[in-house]
Amino acid sequence: MQGSTIDPPETTLDEVVPSSTELHEEIHTDLRVWGLLTFLISESLMFGGFFASYLVLRGESAAWPPEGTEVELLLPTLNTIVLVSSSFVIHLGDTAIKKDDVHGLRRWYIVTALMGAVFLAGQVYEYLTLGYGLTTNIFSNCFYLMTGFHGLHVFIGLLLILGVLWRSRRSGHYSISKHVGVEMAEIYWHFVDIIWIVLFTLLYILTIF
Amino acid sequence: MTQVEDFRDVTVTDGSHNSPPKAWKWYDYFTFNIDHKVIGIQYLVTAFVFYLIGGLMAVAIRVELTTPDSDLLDPNLYNAFMTNHGTIMIFLWIVPSAIGGFGNYLIPLMVGARDMAFPRLNAIAFWLNPPAGALLLLSFLFGGSQSGWTAYPPLSLVTANTAQTLWILAIVLVGTSSILGSVNFVITILKLKVPSLRWEQLPLFCWAILATSVLALLSTPVLAAGLVLLLFDINFGTSFFKPEAGGNVVLYQHLFWFYSHPAVYLMILPIFGIMSEVIPVHARKPIFGYKAIAYSSLTICVVGLFVWVHHMFTSGTPPWMRMFFTISTLIVAVPTGVKIFGWVATLWGGKIRFTSAMLFAIGLLSMFVVGGLDGITLGTAPFDLHVHDTYYVVGHFHYVLFGGSVFGIYSGIYHWFPKITGRMTNETLGRIHFALTFVGTHLTFLPMHHLGLQGMPRRVAMYDPQFTTINQLCTVGAFVLAASVIPFTINMIWSWLNGAKAGDNPWNALTLEWTTSSPPLIENWEVLPVVTHGPYDYGMNPQNAGVNNDQTIPVT
Repeated sequence: MQGSTIDPPETTLDEVVPSSTELHEEIHTDLRVWGLLTFLISESLMFGGFFASYLVLRGESAAWPPEGTEVELLLPTLNTIVLVSSSFVIHLGDTAIKKDDVHGLRRWYIVTALMGAVFLAGQVYEYLTLGYGLTTNIFSNCFYLMTGFHGLHVFIGLLLILGVLWRSRRSGHYSISKHVGVEMAEIYWHFVDIIWIVLFTLLYILTIF
Repeated sequence: MTQVEDFRDVTVTDGSHNSPPKAWKWYDYFTFNIDHKVIGIQYLVTAFVFYLIGGLMAVAIRVELTTPDSDLLDPNLYNAFMTNHGTIMIFLWIVPSAIGGFGNYLIPLMVGARDMAFPRLNAIAFWLNPPAGALLLLSFLFGGSQSGWTAYPPLSLVTANTAQTLWILAIVLVGTSSILGSVNFVITILKLKVPSLRWEQLPLFCWAILATSVLALLSTPVLAAGLVLLLFDINFGTSFFKPEAGGNVVLYQHLFWFYSHPAVYLMILPIFGIMSEVIPVHARKPIFGYKAIAYSSLTICVVGLFVWVHHMFTSGTPPWMRMFFTISTLIVAVPTGVKIFGWVATLWGGKIRFTSAMLFAIGLLSMFVVGGLDGITLGTAPFDLHVHDTYYVVGHFHYVLFGGSVFGIYSGIYHWFPKITGRMTNETLGRIHFALTFVGTHLTFLPMHHLGLQGMPRRVAMYDPQFTTINQLCTVGAFVLAASVIPFTINMIWSWLNGAKAGDNPWNALTLEWTTSSPPLIENWEVLPVVTHGPYDYGMNPQNAGVNNDQTIPVT
């Protein structure tokens, strides 16, 4: 959320006078980052609904997770490390473009995309190897629904990053003064990451105790 | 900010960004148009069509209830009509017309913006609505969902699964539309306000829409979460709401009402905004208590998030929870009362013009007091336990939603029709419309309170014969209400085609939307307006209100 777009535009009056059609465009700053943040507040409440439901259902169960349902910990922990560190990597990309370094942006965004893909692959692998399915019991209901829903968000974030990479092929598309798309992808990725940390705590760590 | 003012000096000479088409053609209203005014009209007209559909369902329901037996509709079809009547009226009529329609049309005009912050997102938000309506109508092919607009499990899990699934998808679509729309409203109001408009000059409708949008952003996703869980329970074999497998039915009620109680405010806050605009204009007086009314909207927004359990007093709710939510419910009535008193004080000593818009606004005031007062009775757990799920509840929420929201929408339509179309409505037809609606509303919904107190349950196709006479009275009222739509529809169509020319500002109103032409230019103004006086400075000394403008301060 180091978005420079939230700050007043760095353009000065002299630069934007060229024609009256542009004037209208220039009157307001790019508000997309604000829009995304507002949307994500809303989106996080949807996860909030799931988390609250999970806690209610958990509180009512005698044993959580139920007997015979083992929560795997090693792979998800590795996955968590991958996802959390990818949030730092993507920020390197954002820092690069703020120094007008498109190659740096591409490099770090490719790494982030790979890390995201590894996370998703790990998730799918976990699904395939777990001893229970969506309908096994109330815990597995919650488990698959919440991780699946989060996985969908990771997938969308991955598409955003790939979109940024695709657009960055054209020289000049992103630059030191024009990189809102880069920032939005980054913010969304951080969001997905934060949700995962809560999810990991609820679904994995808390089941140990 | 000074930068932007400098721009204005530069652009004054040249309005060439308005050089695209001068006005939209009729067919533009059927396309993916990104002009906020087109989208506003699209919302209003689409919502009105759904109002007619939902209204026909209501008439069918009332005809069925003329006799104690089930004769016109079989009980399953009755349930489907009852469910979809509620769903359509809430999600496809009141919410989209009050927020989507008036909000989109008026917010940019009121804050002095050329469009919403995200025009394309805005159009997407609108176009999610027609498919949602289509899904609901489609669900009738599969028997129609049976479980009421609340869709409580286990009923929603065991009846008409396909129809219930379509119902869920429809609600998720309108919910998404509502979230996207709200993002747009929040950013537009916060960020696109013309700099000369100070915060304390922001029209109260904008405050209301801001509060509404925040509420929608915070509550809608929780409903979406609940509905996703319900969808999985119905179709994919999960058991979130199946107690026999470790689930919890009351959990759904919490998720549902966490949205759906705020949804009540989604449906009434914009209407409060409309009231605060209409009343000062037609009473020719400054609004009484501008700050109180603005802050009360925000208070309702906050407190309204913490009252939802008053819908669940009979759901095995523990006593401490009943106590807490009774108190919070009584607290949320206070800011509403502040507004009511504010409007009454505005009317006091005003030079009231009894235009159609004003008639509906005053009608709303009286209706809402009834609805609000029996709302307070319902909000107190000891009383609610006795009348829960009876016709008392039906009577209450129709007073609030029909006597409140629908009256407000009518009032807003009569008030801004000249701005939207450039033509005046016919006052005679407007008065006939008002008289029929006012009489019809009381006749239909007042007796329902009595029915409820006598113990008639809601959502039934058949009832005990002792309730027959009063039910027939309600049915007569429903026909009066159905008839009331006829003069309104004629008035709208006829006036749009042949009404007297309105001019820019037929009501001598002071908010910014009246500073542009009627209908407004495509980008609202040639040159963005400069605000020199408050939005409600009626009858004020022009020297106090600022004189350096081409807007005359009407001192009537």
